[in-house]
Amino acid sequence: MNQNLLLCGVGGQGIVLVSKLVASCAMQKGYDVMSAETIGMAQKGGSVFSFLRFGEEIASPMFGRGQADLMIAFEPAEAVRMLPYLKKDGCIIVNTKPVMPVTAVLKASAYQGTEMLAYLKQNVSRLILVNGEKACHEIGSPRVLNMIMLGTAVRHGLLPFSVSEAETAMRQNVRPQFAELNQKALAYAESEK
Amino acid sequence: MHKEFLMGNAAIARGALAAGLNLICGYPGTPSTEVLETAAKYKPETLYVEWSVNEKAALEVGAGAAYCGSRTMVTMKQVGLNVASDPLMSLAYIGVKGGMVIMVADDPGPISSQTEQDTRHFASFSKLPCFDPSTVQEAYDMIQDAFAYSETYHTPVLFRPTTRVCHAYSSVMIKDPEEFYHNTPEGFIKDSSRWVIFPKLSYQAHMQIEKRNAELSAVFSDYAGNQILPAAKTDCRKGIASHGISFTYVKEALKDRENPAVLKISTPFPFPEQKALAFLQNLDEVLCIEELDPVIERELTYLCGKHHLPVRILGKLSGHIRTAGENTCDSVSQDIASFMGWENPEEHKLPEPPALPVRPPVLCAGCPHRASFYAVKTAMKGKKSVFCGDIGCYTLGNAMPLDMVDTCLCMGAGVNITQGIGHTEPDTACFAFVGDSTFFASAITGAVNAVYNQADMTLVVLDNSTTAMTGHQPHPGTGRTMMGEIVQKISIEDVLKGVGVKTVETVNPFSLQEAVGTVKKISAEKGVKAIIFKSPCAMLIKPQQILEVDQQKCIGCRKCITSLGCPAIVTADGKVKTDDSLCTGCGLCAQVCPVGAIGRAET
Repeated sequence: MNQNLLLCGVGGQGIVLVSKLVASCAMQKGYDVMSAETIGMAQKGGSVFSFLRFGEEIASPMFGRGQADLMIAFEPAEAVRMLPYLKKDGCIIVNTKPVMPVTAVLKASAYQGTEMLAYLKQNVSRLILVNGEKACHEIGSPRVLNMIMLGTAVRHGLLPFSVSEAETAMRQNVRPQFAELNQKALAYAESEK
Repeated sequence: MHKEFLMGNAAIARGALAAGLNLICGYPGTPSTEVLETAAKYKPETLYVEWSVNEKAALEVGAGAAYCGSRTMVTMKQVGLNVASDPLMSLAYIGVKGGMVIMVADDPGPISSQTEQDTRHFASFSKLPCFDPSTVQEAYDMIQDAFAYSETYHTPVLFRPTTRVCHAYSSVMIKDPEEFYHNTPEGFIKDSSRWVIFPKLSYQAHMQIEKRNAELSAVFSDYAGNQILPAAKTDCRKGIASHGISFTYVKEALKDRENPAVLKISTPFPFPEQKALAFLQNLDEVLCIEELDPVIERELTYLCGKHHLPVRILGKLSGHIRTAGENTCDSVSQDIASFMGWENPEEHKLPEPPALPVRPPVLCAGCPHRASFYAVKTAMKGKKSVFCGDIGCYTLGNAMPLDMVDTCLCMGAGVNITQGIGHTEPDTACFAFVGDSTFFASAITGAVNAVYNQADMTLVVLDNSTTAMTGHQPHPGTGRTMMGEIVQKISIEDVLKGVGVKTVETVNPFSLQEAVGTVKKISAEKGVKAIIFKSPCAMLIKPQQILEVDQQKCIGCRKCITSLGCPAIVTADGKVKTDDSLCTGCGLCAQVCPVGAIGRAET
């Protein structure tokens, strides 16, 4: 049985690293793994995604709409944008803090993220909200959101590996001076319904 | 053999190393860049690696090495091959001694490119064999085959993955070092009848090339990368032809289905006619699922005509597949469903979402280009001016509110386009913006052209000391090479003065007042003059103390927002704030604020 994961958010939120860590853990479990992600110009403040699949027999690194078992969305509007990819009974983890695009700030647009969260609540049965802003503040760095999101997915049993296995992969992939901070973020347990 | 999780481009590099690569050179360009970077990372003692100054230089350096018997790879993106097309066309006639693979990455979409050109056409145009892998694993295996064919047939070969293969990751089986092929170059053997191109030689070479390609078409019909997947039921009279990443989408779409026969083409040129003929037997209709141009579709249509086969070939030319943009799992599964007469899979319908914010790419917080554009914009306010841009991060200076890129065409074009505008509209102040890497790649000839032909223009070099857009590669101005040497930096200022630009001034764009003053002064001079805005890419330097908006002093005029469009300046609850996760402390907004409300946060 293949598992399809979709990560989405805004360039600079550390999505690619999460994709790497999940891939590394899935490889450890003996699965074949494929992934595809946004690279290049769109990374600069644009919407970014990473498709990741693991299992026994995978043909393509991408998958179609309605096929993601799990989505980890780092931003509410990006969660809504990519929602068509979620399976009917799939689960989505969403960071509640919106990232205002420059275009919205310029036009003094009304986008605040709350309308997106309301839409998600109405249309997704398995929704896990993460107050990433609060979590980052408590951990003491604005740059650990990615580990908070990954830790949440693992703790909810949505990925086939443990927090300590994720930690091992993380330590192999981040610079030693940031390992402790990222470990705190992975283990961070606060999430709200 | 062992298993690793590799990006497609990394797999291409690792495969080339396993094939005994001796020299690799190229010019950065998405989606090709990581090939050379990976080769450098895993560099054996014997490998020479360089970022060349542009693709033409790279291809010529590669040719020289291949003349000596080196196994050589040259990497570039598809538009890079336009730059390298002059040596390419001639080298096809001269041929090589060592295996030479020209890795050219195509970009359906396009996702990060100016055009949706299809390198498979360059293959048939230059008459060079071409390989088109579908997966990361196949890319790893096929690049090794490419070297072998190149060496056997004494010809450079093209290897053209597309973005979704280059940038896909996959667990792949790769060779251990003891399984690697090792190549020891024989050295250059003088032979002017072989290495000097003359009309007589070209005539003979042309004859041989055509003969060889006919032979290769037969050889490729047995090549493992060209496959026929038989239909689930033998009486099915429909077939699908595909290639590259689209082939994997076809396989996904046919999972759990009674699949029709599928033809996969990995060598679009020379086209494996025998293989294709075997596929066309007993079929009534074939749908060609391709990205970019309908190369396979044309070949199959031609074959049907040549052999009087009553098979309808469908695809882009017949209007069954859209002509532009990339394929997706969804588009391919719909195309196949309509072709086969299957019902489209039921889709989980969602209600209309709230208006989604658009997120066009923007200059990063702290990007020195923002300061440079703003300085020129401020200095030229109210004056008739034109701002020609170029290829790089700074193309994003076109976005509101900066709105400082009026034209962008191809690498190095801006400096010449602005001259053409100036000759036509002498009352316009003409500017050309060019990055440091693009300057070395292809703007120096433009500067010479301007000086020689008495243009009246200001060349603005945005020198952030790196090739930022493609991920920070070194270039001649950085003083570092891919061999790890520290070398003499080539000074842009000296180059410009050397070609006769009399006024060349270097300014830090974050000293806003000084920058504006310099632009005002220099742009008023006649002739060709240059400003070098020098400040390192924000991604390369440690952030400074971030800035904060003093809510007591802020009058809510939004000038910082409407002048700069910095992603680190946001509004929350009607107040202007800085986003501490993005601000780099560049201090530009503090210089723009009319009431001094923005200052360094206290530590």
